Amino acid sequence: MRGDVLREVVDAQRAGRDVVVATRLSDGAQELIARGARSAVLGLDGDAVAAALATGDPRTVETADGPVFLRPYVRPPRLIIVGAVHIAQALVPMATIAGLQVTVLDPREGFATADRFPGAALVTEWPDMVMDGLRPDDRTGVVALTHDPKIDDPALIAALESDAFYIGALGSRKTQAARRERLGGLGFDGAALERIHGPVGLPIGARTPEEIAVAVLAQVIGALRLG
Amino acid sequence: MDQPNSRHTNADPVLAQAVEWVDEGRRVALATVTRTWGSAPRRAGSHMAIAANGDFAGSVSGGCIEGAVIQTALEVIESGEPRTLEFGVTNEMAWEVGLACGGRVHLFVEPVVGAPAVETPVQQAR
Repeated sequence: MRGDVLREVVDAQRAGRDVVVATRLSDGAQELIARGARSAVLGLDGDAVAAALATGDPRTVETADGPVFLRPYVRPPRLIIVGAVHIAQALVPMATIAGLQVTVLDPREGFATADRFPGAALVTEWPDMVMDGLRPDDRTGVVALTHDPKIDDPALIAALESDAFYIGALGSRKTQAARRERLGGLGFDGAALERIHGPVGLPIGARTPEEIAVAVLAQVIGALRLG
Repeated sequence: MDQPNSRHTNADPVLAQAVEWVDEGRRVALATVTRTWGSAPRRAGSHMAIAANGDFAGSVSGGCIEGAVIQTALEVIESGEPRTLEFGVTNEMAWEVGLACGGRVHLFVEPVVGAPAVETPVQQAR
């Protein structure tokens, strides 16, 4: 990759901008195309570039001058963790390693501290104040871990009103039933409530907070990759 | 209030490593999986960065072909010319450096051409 293109890709990723690098495989001729921009060097079809950006999947397209490899670099999927609790302390580094961009949300400043979550993006606000700003989309998962309806419910409501690819909530079957009751009372129907994974995580018999984090992360990845 | 959407996200660690090496004045090649068939372990788009001394980051398979890719990358660094590679059970070298899992991959190996961010043209004569 050309050094300047490489640097632009890294800068774009750090700034959260989506780009495509197009490389002609015969001679290595290369250009970087930003979302919405036109291919000026290799004369590529705009639809092919747009499709690569939409799916995030690379593809090779044929041109008059031979095959061109399109490598999109799109923003990583996000995971919003509600509750700066023990499970979250394990889930944040695991999810980060797995390539998710993690935000921890907890209004309790004693929980959401940099000491407990070194390097993590922490938001110490009530979910109903910030979930709109976080704009969950179809590349966003939301998992509620506080056990406290005052904190979990507003986050789950915002998630249910979004296209979030994953919604999960900690709690026993009894807790889940009570939650369904509350959210059902707010007008969410059965299909909507079915979107909430709870009890949370794949059933692997997880016991410790760390094991539960593994179960949750596996379920999130399953939702991302398998739908 | 925080603006969580505007905060920085992470760059691909392999590409970030490549930039770091370039900034240190080291010569670097980048290998990219361009196409896969069957049960190839790494998806198209996967990167491996290779420095001229053989240091590498990332992967393009489950570890089966990295050695051969590094060898090619060192040649690419020397020649400055990109190369395409193909590995798989159909490759005559399958038993030596093929994919044990039976998948098939195409790779593009290219030199990272360009000066470090600091404006010191390090066209080293080594």
